[in-house]
Amino acid sequence: MPRQITLKDHFFESRLVMNRAILLLVAGGILLVVLLARLLYLQVLAHEHFTTLSEDNRVKLQPIAPNRGLIYDRNGILLAENLPSYRLEITPEQIDDMDATLGAIEEIIEIRDIDRSRFEKLLKRKPRFEAIPLRFHLSDEEVARFSVNRHRFPGVDIAAGLSRHYPLGSLAVHALGYVGRIDERALQQLDSSNYRGTSHFGKIGIEKTYESVLHGTVGLQHVETTAQGRVIRVLSRTPPVSGRNLYLTIDSRVQAAAEEAFTGYTGSAIAIDPNNGDILAFVSQPTYDPNAFVNGIEFGDYAALRENNKQPLFNRALRGQYPPGSTIKPFVGLAGLEEGITTRHSSTYCPGFYSLPGNTRKFRDWKRTGHGTVDLNKAIVQSCDVYFYDLALSLGIDRIHDYLQNFGFGHATGIDIQGELSGLLPSRSWKRARHDQSWFPGETLITGIGQGFFLVTPIQLATATAALANGGRLLQPNIIYAEQDANSDDLLPHRPRIHDTITITEQQHWDAVIKSMTDVVHSARGTARRIGEDSPWTIAGKTGTAQVYGLKQEEKYDAESIPEELRDHALFIAFAPAEAPKIAVAVIIEHGGGGGSVAAPVARAILDGYLQGSPQ
Amino acid sequence: MSIALTPHHEDASRSGWQYRLHLDAPLLFSLITVSALGLIVLYSAGGGDLALVERQLVRLGIAFTGMLLVAQLSPGVLQRLTPWLFVLGVLFLLAVLIGGEISGGAQRWLNLYFVRFQPSEIMKLAVPMMVAWYLADTRLPPNRWQLLASATLIAVPMLMIAKQPDLGTALLIASSGFFVLFLAGLQWRLLAFFSVLLAAAAPLLWHFMHDYQRQRVITFLSPESDPLGSGYHIIQSKIAIGSGGLLGKGWMNGTQSQLNFLPERSTDFIFAVLGEEFGFFGILTLFALYTTIVVRGIMITIQAQDTYTRLLAGSLSMTFCVYFIVNTGMVTGLLPVVGLPLPMISYGGTSIVTLMAGFGILMSIQTHRKLLPA
Repeated sequence: MPRQITLKDHFFESRLVMNRAILLLVAGGILLVVLLARLLYLQVLAHEHFTTLSEDNRVKLQPIAPNRGLIYDRNGILLAENLPSYRLEITPEQIDDMDATLGAIEEIIEIRDIDRSRFEKLLKRKPRFEAIPLRFHLSDEEVARFSVNRHRFPGVDIAAGLSRHYPLGSLAVHALGYVGRIDERALQQLDSSNYRGTSHFGKIGIEKTYESVLHGTVGLQHVETTAQGRVIRVLSRTPPVSGRNLYLTIDSRVQAAAEEAFTGYTGSAIAIDPNNGDILAFVSQPTYDPNAFVNGIEFGDYAALRENNKQPLFNRALRGQYPPGSTIKPFVGLAGLEEGITTRHSSTYCPGFYSLPGNTRKFRDWKRTGHGTVDLNKAIVQSCDVYFYDLALSLGIDRIHDYLQNFGFGHATGIDIQGELSGLLPSRSWKRARHDQSWFPGETLITGIGQGFFLVTPIQLATATAALANGGRLLQPNIIYAEQDANSDDLLPHRPRIHDTITITEQQHWDAVIKSMTDVVHSARGTARRIGEDSPWTIAGKTGTAQVYGLKQEEKYDAESIPEELRDHALFIAFAPAEAPKIAVAVIIEHGGGGGSVAAPVARAILDGYLQGSPQ
Repeated sequence: MSIALTPHHEDASRSGWQYRLHLDAPLLFSLITVSALGLIVLYSAGGGDLALVERQLVRLGIAFTGMLLVAQLSPGVLQRLTPWLFVLGVLFLLAVLIGGEISGGAQRWLNLYFVRFQPSEIMKLAVPMMVAWYLADTRLPPNRWQLLASATLIAVPMLMIAKQPDLGTALLIASSGFFVLFLAGLQWRLLAFFSVLLAAAAPLLWHFMHDYQRQRVITFLSPESDPLGSGYHIIQSKIAIGSGGLLGKGWMNGTQSQLNFLPERSTDFIFAVLGEEFGFFGILTLFALYTTIVVRGIMITIQAQDTYTRLLAGSLSMTFCVYFIVNTGMVTGLLPVVGLPLPMISYGGTSIVTLMAGFGILMSIQTHRKLLPA
């Protein structure tokens, strides 16, 4: 198509384009004004708001974990400390081939499966620039071996930190407890803001009960970070407050003597200062090494501890409930005197058994031939069962229950280690509620010799013995001697706490019982005379042998012929020096046999361990 | 009274060097100042990486040289080359669609073995040149058929580029073509008609959009709906600019920029670095320079001596204006995120060469004018 000839009006066209160009310029100007208005809004009106957002972006709060308080014994011997420990860390973003690197490290340093699986779990969760621990507690040799090879492993480093360590190993572990890594379940129970920087917490024992004292307060630092979270610099710092140190009432020398005396036995012993309730020794055997738990115990090792039929993890001192056996006799005897049921001079004839009126069932005495005529002193010294059957029947279960309750039986002592059980002091109402049965007189008899339903924990038995020793003050057992601020030398002592004071009707009654207990150890017929022969101090004690295995009416107990787990528990309670008691102990040896032959020597070792060291 | 003609038949009131070198002083100085400001901001945005600045400096050198070369071509030569350039550009775009290199999910690059480039860059100049070339011989304002022909010349390359997809460049090319038509006297009622048509077509447009483009629109409408995903860019750039305040946090001191909170801070979002570190007054300085460039371009348009150069000069100037307003509008959260750099400042891209070639054309138009009888 031939192009149409158009007449161009150049003047018109130049005016047209000029007008349009100016219009566009004005339109552009309007847009620019809108833009400037927007910028004024962002940079002037909302400036504060965006400054805040920008600061929130840039500045992050980082926790600084406080140092955990140390734990000492009463003489300042270290029981729990924080040791510098070296861990091997890997920064994933600097590693090209993680599997190859791990493989190469394994040739130098032992990597257990538990280390590897924990590492891989963290690898998925943490940002790639953050160093992830692979191994804890490198030995000096491992540190040296890695240092030599360090150039081969860019992105792998050795970092120093503090790690809980128990220098005396298993000593007093059931009192001390241990710390472990904070897991997700624990995180929900702890104060998450105070534990932001903390990796370990007390899982059991004093470490757990005094967690809030030992832990301290987290420190904080404001750090400037990149969008990826890498720290550029520290802006400000609030230092953490270290946890308080604890001084235990435990005397580690006495504790060591006690544990040594327990070698080969299973059971428990508690030693208490009857003047203030301080626990001097806290034994539960067998024990275990708490250091194994600090950074996660190997599965196999844990299974071995759990499956061990002696149950080393079981805290017998607080949770073991045993029949008190004859160790209850001084308390029942005192009940008889104080309640006016008997006198020091009244006596009973013991033919070797006891029968309830109108009943043929024979309640045996441990001595089949009988003790003959027995008064209270003889009954305690020779541990005559028939005397106490008779006394128990005269007292009745209600008075027995009420009187023994004064000594703390049937109730938790309130020691500040968690998990304590309350034992069982039977009564009519308890039996009605528990078994929906009425109380039978036969049950009163065996309660009188510490059998039947009656159960005590070692800590209860020791507390009751201390109350007997100190003239009726029932103390709350105290395991903390003092607290100490981290930056101070001053000790802040824990005050003894008295639960209750037992009413004394007549001091002579108490003196008589204590005299009888002294005769148990120091008289020619005493059941524990063997430990009294060469004792430098007067010991007041009482043996006990608690039946685990119910004998049939005419059966004879023969330790050799029955399996160990059915043999009698051996018990012994004691305090010394009898005239001014400084220490009271309760010893229970499971399936140990006779209280006098097995438990009493252990008690003697504990008494000696303490009294030999203490100023006379 | 006789008029003494200069040997070059050029405006005697002008100083000689601008005419000998075919450069326009106001444009040149503004461009150099903006580039210098850009390098300063880029140094900070790159976290003090001098190598980055050096590479950008090389690119600027090439771009300014290109501008100088283009300025030497007279508008007549440019006009004669226009159809060939346009056809070549369309062929390259076809080649890209068939066998272009894919980079970042889009097929934009053409590898000619000796050089690798984006043909869409050619079209940034070729489209306004072509429409101006076509309308130069007609009587203005264009009639309906001429309008339709012009629209085709714009739409074909624009759709080819949108298909790559490169929404930002397609938008720029469409607006450069539109500016030619508008300057040529596009009737107001037609303008209104097309505006209504465009608004009506919006749902259709939505239908043809890629998912990521839709996401950008959603993000624009509500950036807080996905603060860590697609909304992150815009939230962080608003924080950067807003926290800059009137005076800014100081060069190299922008925490948003230096601590990596601001994404793409040396390319599309470099405006936020300027806003954070130099504040409102820093931005005002940049805007003053940009405005000088646009106003100078419009002055050249008004002074141009024929329809082709007028339409072309006006379109190039206003496209530059759209360029920086769209980028700043996007970074301040006024517009959806389209991938457009901040002209002369953002790091990288062949776009800066094209941009400067455009200014070369403006300078050519300004300095090749014949002296007219009074």
